[in-house]
Amino acid sequence: MADEQIRVVLAKLGLDGHDRGIKIVARTLRDAGMEVIYLGLRQTTKSIVAAVEEEDADAVGLSMHNAGHLTLAPAMVQALADADLDVPVIVGGIVPNVDMSELDGAGVAAVLGPGASAEEVVKAVADAVAAKRTQ
Amino acid sequence: MTTARDPEDLLQRARSGERRALGQLLTVVERGGAAADELTRLAHPLFNGAQIVGVTGAPGAGKSTLTGKLTRLAVINGDRPAVLAVDPSSPITGGAILGDRVRMNDVAGEELFIRSMATRGHSGGLALAVPGAIRVFDACEYDPIIIETVGVGQVEVDVAGTADTTVVVVTPGWGDAVQANKAGLLEVADVFVVNKSDRPGADDARRDLEMMLDLSHVTGQEDASGYRPPIIMANSLDGTGADEVWKAIALHRAHLESTGQLAVRRRGRLAAEVRNRLAELVDVSIDELMESSDSRALLESTNQKETSPAHAARQLLDRLFG
Repeated sequence: MADEQIRVVLAKLGLDGHDRGIKIVARTLRDAGMEVIYLGLRQTTKSIVAAVEEEDADAVGLSMHNAGHLTLAPAMVQALADADLDVPVIVGGIVPNVDMSELDGAGVAAVLGPGASAEEVVKAVADAVAAKRTQ
Repeated sequence: MTTARDPEDLLQRARSGERRALGQLLTVVERGGAAADELTRLAHPLFNGAQIVGVTGAPGAGKSTLTGKLTRLAVINGDRPAVLAVDPSSPITGGAILGDRVRMNDVAGEELFIRSMATRGHSGGLALAVPGAIRVFDACEYDPIIIETVGVGQVEVDVAGTADTTVVVVTPGWGDAVQANKAGLLEVADVFVVNKSDRPGADDARRDLEMMLDLSHVTGQEDASGYRPPIIMANSLDGTGADEVWKAIALHRAHLESTGQLAVRRRGRLAAEVRNRLAELVDVSIDELMESSDSRALLESTNQKETSPAHAARQLLDRLFG
C-alpha cells in the first residue's frame, strides 16, 4: 500500500566527502521498496530539516565518516526536535563502539557500522519508522 | 509524526506559510483516495493562476541543475518558486531514489519549496498526483511552479506537455536530424535548451533543432500564431544561458496571454485531469468486475475456447455500463 511507503532523507552532514557508503545505502533502501530522497554531500542541519518538512519524510539517514558523529548526530536530533519534527535519525558509517551509548543517549534511533548487512540496514530504518508510527 | 491529517486544517496552515503542513498536504495528494478528493474540492476554487513550467529531457541532460538555476533567478526576481521533481519508481520493488534535490543545493531557502515525487507505478497515479500537487502549490501562492520529469514514457510527456510552458532540454550528441523529426517529446516544446553547450557537437544539435522547426513551418505544423520555440545554448554547471531561458519562459507566457492560448491550455489541462480521474474510477470498477462470479464464468468460457476474448470483453462492458 502507498500508505506504508517509507520516505527516507539520506545526507552527509558537514564536511565529509566519503559518499561511497551512502550511495550503496540509497540503493539498498530503494531495493527494499523505500523512497530515498538523496541530498548528498555537505548538508547542514537546516537544509536537512527543510528537506524533511518539504518531503514529509519518515526518517533521516546520516552517513558519517569524519569522526564528527558525537557533535553532528546529536545536533541533527536536536534540530529536528526544535522544528517539532518527530522523525528518527539513523547513523551509518564509522562509529567506534565506545561512542554507541552516547549516541543512543542523544536520541539517535540506530547506528550501523561498516559490517552491517543490507538486511540490517533496511530493518533498522523500517523498525525506527514503525516505532514512531505506532507511538 | 502528526497522524491527524485533516485536509482542511492542513490547507489552512499551509496557506499561512507552514512548510511542514504543505509537505503533508502533498503526501495526501500522492496517496489519493477520499482525503485527496476532499483536498481537491477545497483547493480548486482557490486558483491563483501560477505559471506552470514543465522541464523535461533525457536522464542526465541537466534538467535539475537548470531548474535549480531557474529557481534562483525566480527568487532574485522576488517570486516564490515551487519545484515538483518527478523520478521513476522501480517497477519491481516500488522503491525509488529521488535525487533531484542534490542538484539544487545552492538555492535552498525560505522562498523555494522542492518536493520529490516517485512515479509509484500504479496506473495513472502520476497523471492524478501532478495536477493535484500543482493545485496545492498554487493555492499556497507559489509561482512559478516547475514540474521536472524525465522525458521518457507517455505519461511524463503528457505531464510536461500540459504545462503552460514546456522546456525541453537536450545535450550535444543526443541525436541527429532524424531523431529531431521523430514524433514525441520535441513536439511539445515551447522552449528548447541545448545544455552542456561547451561540449563538442553543441552547434550541430542546435542546427538539427533549427531544421526541424523550419520543417514545421514548411509542413504547416507550427503554431498558428507563428510562435517559434527559441533554442537556447546553456551550461547548467556555470549557469550560462539560464537567464536567457528564464526570459524565454516569460516571453512565451506573454505570448500565451496575448493570444488567449493560456485559457485554452488551462481548460485542456482540466479536461485531461477529469478524463484521467474518470479513467481511474472506471479502472477500479473493472478490477471489481473482474473479480465477480459472472466474469469468472466468462473467463472460464474463453479458456474453454467457447467465447472469444473480444466477445467476453464486450459482454463485460455491457455489465459495466448497462
